[in-house]
Amino acid sequence: MTSNNLFIQIKTCIMENLNVNKSSSANEADVFPGKLQRRAFLQYAGASAAALALTTAGCKKDRSPILSFGATLDFKDDFGVLNYAYALEQLEAAFYTQVAANPPANFTTAQRNYFQDVQYHEIAHREFFKKALGTAAIGSLEVDFSSINFSDGASVLAAAKTFEDLGVAAYNGAGVRLKTDAYLVIAGQIVSVEARHAAWVRDQISNGSFSDLNDLTALGANVAGGLDGALTPDKVLNAASKFIKTKINVINL
Amino acid sequence: MNILNILDEIEKVDGEIYERISPRRKAMQDFFQVGKKISLAALPLALGSLFNKAYGQTTPSTVNDVLNFALTLEYLEYHFYNHALVATPNLVPAGAPNGAITTIRNHEKAHVDLLKGALGANARTELVYDNFDFTAGGTFGTVYSDYVTFLKVATAFEDTGVRAYKGQAPALKGNAVLTTALQIHSVEARHASHLRQMLAANGATGLKPWISLGAGGVSNDTGIAAVDPVYARENNTVQANIEITAINGTAVTRAAAAESFDEFLTKAEVVTIANLFLKPGFKL
Repeated sequence: MTSNNLFIQIKTCIMENLNVNKSSSANEADVFPGKLQRRAFLQYAGASAAALALTTAGCKKDRSPILSFGATLDFKDDFGVLNYAYALEQLEAAFYTQVAANPPANFTTAQRNYFQDVQYHEIAHREFFKKALGTAAIGSLEVDFSSINFSDGASVLAAAKTFEDLGVAAYNGAGVRLKTDAYLVIAGQIVSVEARHAAWVRDQISNGSFSDLNDLTALGANVAGGLDGALTPDKVLNAASKFIKTKINVINL
Repeated sequence: MNILNILDEIEKVDGEIYERISPRRKAMQDFFQVGKKISLAALPLALGSLFNKAYGQTTPSTVNDVLNFALTLEYLEYHFYNHALVATPNLVPAGAPNGAITTIRNHEKAHVDLLKGALGANARTELVYDNFDFTAGGTFGTVYSDYVTFLKVATAFEDTGVRAYKGQAPALKGNAVLTTALQIHSVEARHASHLRQMLAANGATGLKPWISLGAGGVSNDTGIAAVDPVYARENNTVQANIEITAINGTAVTRAAAAESFDEFLTKAEVVTIANLFLKPGFKL
């Protein structure tokens, strides 16, 4: 589906192009005498390589409708795992962007500043995955934050705690699926920043709860072993589902 | 990416691509079915370049080597905190500070026990408090008499631990042990976040829970020159050949770019740091 998204997009672009140029093609039969080759296709499309400067970016406006079909995370390879991370980072970035734009009135200056910091960290993660995945990336997810009261500091902190602790458990649980060293290191480079966020947010709620493993057992933490949460993608997505409108399909998990 | 490039890539794995997309043949459905074949071919350069990035982990370590290396670091952390709590009970103020250090000490003890148990007969020789020199040859001479110095060393240890586990992750790739190591790794990151806040509350004004850019863009944001090696490359803003600053036209600053990704340390770098705190005869 990752690639299908791409194809729907390409198809849309091609169709637009074909429609635009159809009238300029005098006779279809002449253009396609036998097996359609690249040259013939381009002729049919009425464009030279230079003229057909149609980029995927130029078709961006077609992305939103595509997402009504949902997004598919195919865990058959590393790109499924990276798209999974991309989905979670989209969720976090959207949340912090909303908080940073209009922070709760009772937030301290330090809290406002650090929520802005975290906002940019999550945007950086989101955009990193988007750029790294390129055409293999899933589209933009539609979020649902109706359960969060953005004018209430406690509600915002509680949501931030949920997102960060869940994010940590997600990366911890997904690492073992990665087959490429470089991706594994990148995931590690991100998860520790999420854990720093989680600890700070927790301390805002209750100082000293930065690493309260008893409170994290539902996310897979092991108190006796001093181990943080770790969850499989299905459990993480289930926990995150109330914040995501876009239907997410999971295959090959 | 120009659509022609995409089509060219598709053509490499499906020579009939142009025929498939002929509108004469109602072939759009075929077009969709091709999707699975090209997921790899259509990958952008950015991902491909990831494969070529050297991570300095050229010597593959066995799982036991990695776990024993981790065990050494956990011994170091555990004895550092435990000595403070047991032998210098007035060093860490009662209340929240003492509670936090106790929490962290207990986690480090749990990590030691877990790793020892996992390694069984393969576990390294136990390290005891007397095997360490937490003054680092006098660099931190007041580590057990001055609370702020203690916090500085503690922060450096936790930030080192976070970076050390990260660097070893590839050696555990695909192994169930990796998940356990990652679960320890993020606990260390939580510790680091809290210790940085403790340090910030005790003179290091503005020190963030996450590692930021140091003054003038240097890699060490703590301002403690003696721990420079702990923060080597933490001012990096390029990940997998992608510049994070202002990425995709966003307002991500250089500082945010550096903060948003922690960096790894190679085993050799960690050994150099750890050896500063190990007495002769016990160095790695």
